[in-house]
Amino acid sequence: MAFPATAIIGLFIIVPFLLGFYFAFTNQRMISPNPTEYVGTTNFHQLLDLGVLTLEPERDPATHEVKKDVSGVATYPTVRSITRNNPDMPYFDGMREWFSWHSGDNIKVVVARDVVFMKAIVNTFLFVLIVAPLQGAIALLLAMMINQKLPGINIFRTIYFMPVVVSIVVVSLLWRFIYSGDNGLLNAILGFFTFGTFNPVDWLGNSATALGSIIAMSIWQAVGFHMVIWLSGLQTIPVSLYEASDIEGATSWQKFRFVTWPGLRNTAILVLVVITMQAFTLFSQIAVMTQGGPVDATQTIVFQAVQHGYAKQDIATGSAISVILFIIVITISLIQRYLTREKLA
Amino acid sequence: MNTSSTSLSPSRWRYLPLVVVALIFIFPLEFMIMSSLKPSQQLLADSNSFRAFLPVGDISLSNYYAAFERAPVALFLFNSVFITATTVVLALFLCSVAAFSFVFLQWRGRDTILTILLTTLVIPIEIIAVPLLLLVNKLPWIGLNGLTIGWLNSYQVQIIPFSADALSVFLFVQYFKDLPREMIEAARIEGASWWQVYYKVIMPLAGPVTATAAILKFLAMYNQFLWPLMVTQAEQYRPVMVGLQYFFQLNIAWGEVMAYLTLITVPVLIFYLLLQRAFIASIASTGIKG
Repeated sequence: MAFPATAIIGLFIIVPFLLGFYFAFTNQRMISPNPTEYVGTTNFHQLLDLGVLTLEPERDPATHEVKKDVSGVATYPTVRSITRNNPDMPYFDGMREWFSWHSGDNIKVVVARDVVFMKAIVNTFLFVLIVAPLQGAIALLLAMMINQKLPGINIFRTIYFMPVVVSIVVVSLLWRFIYSGDNGLLNAILGFFTFGTFNPVDWLGNSATALGSIIAMSIWQAVGFHMVIWLSGLQTIPVSLYEASDIEGATSWQKFRFVTWPGLRNTAILVLVVITMQAFTLFSQIAVMTQGGPVDATQTIVFQAVQHGYAKQDIATGSAISVILFIIVITISLIQRYLTREKLA
Repeated sequence: MNTSSTSLSPSRWRYLPLVVVALIFIFPLEFMIMSSLKPSQQLLADSNSFRAFLPVGDISLSNYYAAFERAPVALFLFNSVFITATTVVLALFLCSVAAFSFVFLQWRGRDTILTILLTTLVIPIEIIAVPLLLLVNKLPWIGLNGLTIGWLNSYQVQIIPFSADALSVFLFVQYFKDLPREMIEAARIEGASWWQVYYKVIMPLAGPVTATAAILKFLAMYNQFLWPLMVTQAEQYRPVMVGLQYFFQLNIAWGEVMAYLTLITVPVLIFYLLLQRAFIASIASTGIKG
């Protein structure tokens, strides 16, 4: 009787999962006239190779003086002169500049074979590192607010949870209008509360604000979900503990610190793990709102996997990205599990 | 006696933060519905004032008519409802039957297979989507056109991969474990087959967990985006979330967009408001992992 469900989960989850590991080491494409070949770790090198170049200022071959341009600034060789057609440093061939900094007279340049993917990894981690604690904390705050004994409190619970049932695709398109630069609702509201002194911002069109805007919207949509999980944790804490601390004259903070928080330990682990997993798979918001832009400020790992595996029909690279994501997610959840393990007294 | 006034006014103040937060959650959705009733020109002008949240000015349903003209909205709605309903029904049946077998029957390898199935809870669709795309493109199908290879652009590619999932199996297994076994033994002694035990003894008791699994599956399926985006190049099989693309263009007609968003969202919101206890209980129950 367990066979149909087992077969479906096996065929459509376990088999593609294992196939992903296999494709990641091949040159598999969606449609190709050539047979698929084993290519070793080439795909991973294409995605992950990094290097550091040290650019020394150009010197006059005769005097060894540092060459200066008209404005008196030292001139440096271009990164391209090293990474293009340079048989002396074959590893750097085809790499592009990711970022650079000055180190004494020299410039250190970090080059990557796939700069866009590097940005995708950084953005995804930024998203997770901000969303996981922030969304978890806001959700807990909301859960404590609606755990008060007040008439009609359930109405508020219903309202706070409402965006969770709305598709993130719908929410993303709706917020695209709210975030819009010229007629956006958010600019209008901020203008109203600052008596018109607020300068309108094109929230999604500006690389400094785009990721933050997506973070705020994502929290708005999903926070009710985790609020409900916190709430079910809060309701397992015996009322008698609060009554006892009232008798002892505990402050609100002491009650939270010594009664509520210890009682929520398992819930906290669950909320943290669930938000982290969800945050790592950030895709729909990007696809609807920014397509990874402006200038790759909102590229993410899953968005890159879809770009390669679906848009470019390059199953091998898409699979390699999925494998990288899986390894990241599993590593993080093992670390979380280790850090939150039951400490033996 | 002034006890009533002193106890009443502080509790009134306790509603203030609750109401402020409620407005943050309500306003974007309320704005969406109001905007769907306004011409795009007025919608843009209104967004500079509180008129954005009010049904004022030139109110009509013309955006809805325009949306139906721009895209086959009725087809998208039908596709979504059909795919979601079929998948929910299939998943409830297959997963409850499987869970029944895992909990009540004795067979070799049972615990190992259950452990492997539950491990797949940590694999999100985003990680397997790309290899799964290639896999479904090579699968055979026997349909009205005889034997065909490749499931792209079809209903089955959106239904069958999701017709069983580890979360639903897990929910049923957790629930069945707590049911008293004496009833089953009694039914067996009276000569009932395992199928009869399943649908006459166990499933009539499984209302709450069935509701939970159905709601979670419904939300996941109706709101799905990445997978249908990858497998439906043909308009004929697109669900509502992929149909949104018809409204992305250089000069977005925001009035029509808001009408379409309202149309595909409000039924879910009404469904939620009617069954909100069950919705919230279903999320809460995923949190109580043993």
